[in-house]
Amino acid sequence: MILDYIPIFLVIIVSIIFGAVVIFSSTLFGPQRPTKIKLMPYESGKNPVGTTHERISIKYYLVTMMFIIFDIEVVYVYPWAVEFKKLFGEHGIFAFIPMLIFLVVLELGFLYLYAKGGLKWD
Amino acid sequence: MPQNNYEYFLLMPQIIIAVGIVLSVLIEITTKKSEQILPWFSIAMFFGTAFYSVFNINQNFVLFSGMIEVGGKPAIFNFIFNIGAALVVLSSIDYLKKYGTYYGEYYILIQSSVLGMMVMSGAKDILMIFMGLELMSICFYVLAGINRKKLSANEASMKYFLLGAFATGFIVYGIALLYGATGTTSIQNLVENFVTYSSNIIFVLGFVFFLIGFSFKIAAVPFHMWVPDVYQGSATTVTSLMSTTGKAAAFSVLIIVLTAVFTFNAPNVFRPYFATISALSMLFGSIVAISQTNLKRMLAYSSISHAGYMAIGLAAGNMFSVAGIIFYLAAYAFMNIGAFTIISIVEGEDDSRTDFDSFSGLNDKSPVLAATMALFMFALAGIPPLAGFFGKYYVFIAAIQSKLTWLAILGVLSSVISVYFYIRVVVVMYFREASEDFKINISPYSLIAVVIAAFFILVFGILPDTLMNVILSALP
Amino acid sequence: MSSIPMEYYLILSAFMFSVGVAGVLIRRNAIVVFMCIELMLNSANLSLVTFSSYLGNPIGQVFVFFVMTVAAAEAAVGLAIIIAIFRNKKTVNIDEINIFKW
Repeated sequence: MILDYIPIFLVIIVSIIFGAVVIFSSTLFGPQRPTKIKLMPYESGKNPVGTTHERISIKYYLVTMMFIIFDIEVVYVYPWAVEFKKLFGEHGIFAFIPMLIFLVVLELGFLYLYAKGGLKWD
Repeated sequence: MPQNNYEYFLLMPQIIIAVGIVLSVLIEITTKKSEQILPWFSIAMFFGTAFYSVFNINQNFVLFSGMIEVGGKPAIFNFIFNIGAALVVLSSIDYLKKYGTYYGEYYILIQSSVLGMMVMSGAKDILMIFMGLELMSICFYVLAGINRKKLSANEASMKYFLLGAFATGFIVYGIALLYGATGTTSIQNLVENFVTYSSNIIFVLGFVFFLIGFSFKIAAVPFHMWVPDVYQGSATTVTSLMSTTGKAAAFSVLIIVLTAVFTFNAPNVFRPYFATISALSMLFGSIVAISQTNLKRMLAYSSISHAGYMAIGLAAGNMFSVAGIIFYLAAYAFMNIGAFTIISIVEGEDDSRTDFDSFSGLNDKSPVLAATMALFMFALAGIPPLAGFFGKYYVFIAAIQSKLTWLAILGVLSSVISVYFYIRVVVVMYFREASEDFKINISPYSLIAVVIAAFFILVFGILPDTLMNVILSALP
Repeated sequence: MSSIPMEYYLILSAFMFSVGVAGVLIRRNAIVVFMCIELMLNSANLSLVTFSSYLGNPIGQVFVFFVMTVAAAEAAVGLAIIIAIFRNKKTVNIDEINIFKW
C-alpha cells in the first residue's frame, strides 16, 4: 500500500536535489562583484521607493469583501448550468424560474450596496 | 423543482416574510423616508404572518420532498417569533430615535432573522436547520453591533460573533459525523432509525457535537460565557429579540432532532447530558444573578437559568414535556420582551440608567411602568397565577413523570433563590426614594408593546389550559 | 482515490478540527481566532466530502456548497465587526477588549 507512493517520494527528492544544485552552483562557481546598484530590488529601472510591506487602504478590503460575497454565487449557478439541459427537459420553464429569482434577489443586494455608497472609493 | 405548484401556497408564512424583505430593501433604496415606513411595514408583515400561522394550525404538511414542515408545531413557533419580533419593532421606533442611530438595515435584519427562525422551526432536513440557524445568527451578530460608534456594542458584537461562529463549527462537524453514520440528512430517517443509530459510536459523537453547538445558542452552562456581555452591550431592543425568539428557535431545533424520543418513546440516550446542563444552568444563573447591579446583566443571568428550566423538559423527554417547553417559551418571550422594553424606556443615552439605582422610586415617576415591571418580575420569578408559573409547572410535572424528581426539586430550589433578585427590583421601585433625578419620556409605541406583553402574560396565566390544549392538539 | 482508506481522511479532518478548536482557545488575536474557526468549518467540509464519496451519494457534497456560502457570509460579517472594533479601539487583541468583566 505505502509502497505505491515510493515513485512520488523519489520525484520529490530528485526535484529538491536538482533545484538546490542549480541554484547553489551559480553562487559557487560564478564570479561575484557586488555593487550597490546590482543589489537594488528590480523596479523596471526606477529607483525603489518606500518599504515592501505597505499597508493597503481599508477601502480595498471592502471591495474585496463584496467581490467574495458576489463571487460565491457561482457555487450554485455552475452545477445548475451543467445540468440545465436535463432539468429543462423534465421541468420546462420551472427549471429556469428559481435560478432567476435567486439571481434577482442577489442583484438586489448589489443594488442596495450601490445605493448606500458601499462602492464609493473616497 | 415543484412536484406540485400548490406547495408554494402552503408555504405562505415564509413567503410573506421573504417577499417582505425584498420589498423592504427596495423601500430602503428608493425613499429617504424609510425610517417612518419600514417599522410599520414590518409590524404589519409580522402580525399578518402570525395570524396566518395560527389560523392554519391544523393544516400540517411536509413540503418539497421532505424539506420543510408547515402548520402544527411550526405554526405555534411562527406565532411566538412573529409576535415577539412585532413587539420588538414597536419598542425600537423611539429607542432608535433616542440614540440617534437609525440605520435602515435594522428592520431588514430583524425580518431576515425571523425568516431564519421560521425555517429552523419547520425544518425537516438537517440542511434546512443549518441554513435557518446561520441566517438567524448572522443577522444577530450584526444587530448586536448595530450601534457601531459605541465601543461596548462593538465588543458585544465581536464576542457574540466569535463564540457563535465557534458553536457553528461544532454544529457543522457534528452534522458531518451524523451524515457519515446515517448516509442522509433527512430528519424523517433520523427519527425512524433513532434506536438503531443510538448504538453507533460515530452517530452519538456527532449528535453530542451538534448538541454542544446548540447549547451555546440556548445559553446553557457551561457554554454561557458570551451571554452576560452580549446582553449588556447590545442595544436593549436587540437583546430582547435575541434572548427570547433566538432561544425559542434553538429549542425548536432540539425538539425536532429529538422527535424520536418525544413522540415514539425511544430511549433518551442523551438524558445525562441534558440533565447536567439544566441543573448547572439553573443553579449558576440564579446564584450569580443575585450579585448583579446592572439590570440588563441580571436579566442575562436569569436568561441562563431559564434555559436550564427549559432543558429539564428536554431531559424528561416525553410528549407532555414538549408542550411544557413550548408553553414556557411563549410565556418567556412575552415576560422578557416586556421587561427589556421597560428598561429601554427608562434607559438614557449612552447606556446610562440601567442599574438598580435608576429604577428606585419608579412608582413616583410613572406608576404604569412600575406596575407592569412588577408584573413581569413576578412572572419571571414564577409566582402564580402568571404565565411564568405555569411554564415551570408543566416542565416540572413532565420531569416527575419521567422519574427525574431530583431535577424538579433542583428546579424548585433554584426558583426560590431567583425570587430574591426579581423581588429586589420590585422593592427598589416601590419602597426606595429616587436616587437620581431625571424625567422619563415614555414613548407611546413602547408602552403599547409593554401593554400587549402584559396582556398575553395575564391571559396565559389565567387560562393556561387554553394555550396548552392548542399546543397539545398541534403536536402529532 | 478508493485505494486510500476512509479513515485517513477522517483522521486528517479530526486533526484539523482539533487544531481549530485549540487555536480558538489559545490565540488572542481576533483575526487568528477567526481563521481557526474557518479551519473548523473546512475540516467539517472534508469529512462531508469523504463520507459523500465513500457512501456514494451526493448529499454531502451539496451540503459543502452551503457550508462554503455560509462561511463566506460569516467572513464578511466577522471581518466587518473586527474592523469596526479596530476603528474605535485600535487593537484586535481579545484580552484588551474588556469593558465587561469576561
